[in-house]
Amino acid sequence: MSDKHLIVEDLSIEFAGQSVVRNLSFTLAPGKTLALVGESGSGKSVTARSLIGLAGAGAKVTARTLSYGGQDLLGLSERGWRGLRGKGIGFVLQDALVSLDPLRPVGKEILEVLKTHGWGDRHTRAERVVELLEKVGVPEPRLRARQRPDQLSGGLRQRALIASALALSPGLVIADEPTTALDATVQAQILEVLQEIKARGDSLLIISHDLAVVAQLADEVLVLRHGEVVEQGPMEQVLRKPRHPYTRALLDAVPGEHVRGTRLSPERGIVSTQPRPGRDAQVLLQADRLGKRYVGPDQQSRQVVDDVSFELRAGRTLGIVGESGSGKTTVARIVLGLLQPDAGQVTFLDQPWAGVGNDQVEEKQRRLYRRDISVIYQDPLSSFDPRWSVGQILADALDVAGIALAQQPARISQLLSQVRLPAQLASRRPLQLSGGQRQRVAIARAIASDPKIIICDEPVSALDVSVQAQVLDLLADLQTSLGLAYLFISHDLGVIRHVSDEVLVMRHGKVVESADVETLFERPQHEYTRRLLGAVPRLPGAGTKLVVPPLEAENTAWLFDESRLWKIAI
Amino acid sequence: MSELTLETTLPGIRVQRAPRKVRLGPLLAVSFLGFLILAALLPQLFAHSDPLAIVPHDAFHPPGWAHWFGTDQSGRDIFSRVIHGTRQSLFIGLAATALAMSIAIVLGLLGGLGGAYLDRGVNWSLEILFAFPSLILALLFVAIFGSGIGPLIVATGLGGAPGYARMVRGQVLAVRNAGYIESAKALGHPPLRIITRQLLPNAMRPLIVTLTMGVGQAIVWASALSFLGLGARPPAPEWGTMLSMGRDFIANAWWLTFFPGLFIVLTTLSTTVAGRYLQQRLEGRLS
Repeated sequence: MSDKHLIVEDLSIEFAGQSVVRNLSFTLAPGKTLALVGESGSGKSVTARSLIGLAGAGAKVTARTLSYGGQDLLGLSERGWRGLRGKGIGFVLQDALVSLDPLRPVGKEILEVLKTHGWGDRHTRAERVVELLEKVGVPEPRLRARQRPDQLSGGLRQRALIASALALSPGLVIADEPTTALDATVQAQILEVLQEIKARGDSLLIISHDLAVVAQLADEVLVLRHGEVVEQGPMEQVLRKPRHPYTRALLDAVPGEHVRGTRLSPERGIVSTQPRPGRDAQVLLQADRLGKRYVGPDQQSRQVVDDVSFELRAGRTLGIVGESGSGKTTVARIVLGLLQPDAGQVTFLDQPWAGVGNDQVEEKQRRLYRRDISVIYQDPLSSFDPRWSVGQILADALDVAGIALAQQPARISQLLSQVRLPAQLASRRPLQLSGGQRQRVAIARAIASDPKIIICDEPVSALDVSVQAQVLDLLADLQTSLGLAYLFISHDLGVIRHVSDEVLVMRHGKVVESADVETLFERPQHEYTRRLLGAVPRLPGAGTKLVVPPLEAENTAWLFDESRLWKIAI
Repeated sequence: MSELTLETTLPGIRVQRAPRKVRLGPLLAVSFLGFLILAALLPQLFAHSDPLAIVPHDAFHPPGWAHWFGTDQSGRDIFSRVIHGTRQSLFIGLAATALAMSIAIVLGLLGGLGGAYLDRGVNWSLEILFAFPSLILALLFVAIFGSGIGPLIVATGLGGAPGYARMVRGQVLAVRNAGYIESAKALGHPPLRIITRQLLPNAMRPLIVTLTMGVGQAIVWASALSFLGLGARPPAPEWGTMLSMGRDFIANAWWLTFFPGLFIVLTTLSTTVAGRYLQQRLEGRLS
């Protein structure tokens, strides 16, 4: 328990004369949770960092009051900060993989916090590490303490990081995007750990762009935009009756909370009057009992894809949902003809597309039809040649489509306008673009060859909610105007529910359940689907409250990074 | 207008860049390299006397107004010889580096793309080559094929190839797994186009710097071989040969060895400084 208040009055942060946060004020009482909500660049992370004196080199932090537990933080020396960090204020960084020392067992990481602040002696410290790991729900803590971050799953890493922040029982814990990039069930477990901090009477400051996550934890919400507070108030009030249009727009952008076909972003688009192609539309792509085995780093062979069959029909969207390691990306790679399956066959327009043995298809043959199947990746930047400008990237795709050089400039501007980017962007390099703009360029490239199908592999997972909303709306518009079929892969159930006609739930390489979207989300049959749906945090007033699924000992056998096993043969 | 941020600007804080200052080191290095190239193309621009003209009564003239770098044992003007030697030294350096790089690209691509067995084969042969000091290899080559400019270039090129080959192979392995290569394949580009338009240019990009420095290195090697009497033959104006010839008179006439040596040192120094500068510029742009 602590009786310490965090008081912030008129906090402003400047970098090289450029103001990034202006006049931020709040008070955080013990046992309460405050959420800073905003998009990338809104200044939420730098605000959190300024509270532990790590705003960064060149940052000018000014405030009328900045105090914690009666201690003035403004004039604090570096030495004073060091005493406070960890001990008084615990900080959970955003990305557990890069925030943990890759060469050090996680137990040592936690031990170091204790040692630095002179907590206990050698034996009590070791005991404390195990106790902490247990507290954050790490199974087999004695074993896990000896493992390095790369031997742990994303969820366990995040928990280890939280454990190190909790090591000295600080009265205030600051968590910067603690569940971003985690699977739904893992996210639910982390939220539970954070809720326990709150229940113990400590304060929690959480930073997130995910309003549904915020709804699970926060007592008070502070919405930041361009470094300014646009709305501030109790959670229920801000999320249920938002007063500022920006907050409303953020809420509207959350997929899965609305009727299908609703636009998520305020951007205007095509309003379609035509009905969606039905279940009897032409079958474009058919996968029949696909299978793929990998030999893992421990020489053990694993069935990554097992007996997966589906049909993709013209103009419709098939969603594949599953957690990391469920084999969904491997399915995408098989369907793209980039990976040879061990079993089963894929046909495209009733022609063999990929298979094994007698059904094997030569890449030469496939190349003729490649323009009909495009792909969008989660990380568009890495799919662009770093030497090329946006125009060159698109021209390269137009070459495949057989567009003559003379017509290419006109087509490039047309493509850019189709994805609602200004034509001047053609001369820019992807590195100079924002995440949303990059994904739009990737979409423009995907439609350059007039494809029939686009495989979307987690296309919005790395984007902010509002940018995600714009991209999802854009994809919906293109589907209507170009008659595209999507194979849409995501770990986000909300996104899947918003975009799909039919859904395939995958787990450990197998299809657990497949049904059309309403049936699956309204009346899930399989126990795993039910648990997955239960783990999704929801906004207040949007149906049932979060039910945390029972903590299951994680099956580490499945926790390996699929991408490490891929070798691309050209 | 919508209330949401329609992203038109870059995310994050734009850091103001300090006005670029021209630094003295790289400027001098590049100027010197420019001077060398000019001297190689048009030596008569700088040196007016014949580098081969023997004037016996002018022998062993110390540096002075008439002969800036002095004269050698046969009365030949050393300044003129150093300037005329530039062409040969630069040509040897560039040609040897180009040869080394060509061999390296072939081996690197074979190793990087050819599959496990070929890769192992390439690796083994590279390791065997690495086991010998490059200069010894070059010596061996010259010993077998005789001396002269041609063998000198081949010997120097062969000596440098394994090092580059290993770098190319590593780069190819890294780049072949890049997302944009997969994406090019998914677009339907044939393999040859992917290799020439994307894989090779991207793999070679970090090697530009190494190559710049490599030219200087090759010039030193070629001079060393010439010094040992295995390269250009006297009285041809070549820096290594001049060093070798002047060695006999080093006690009485230091200028015979000093000036060719100075040019070798300055050339390597310049390529290194210029290479480093290039590296900083490229890295700054890439990150």
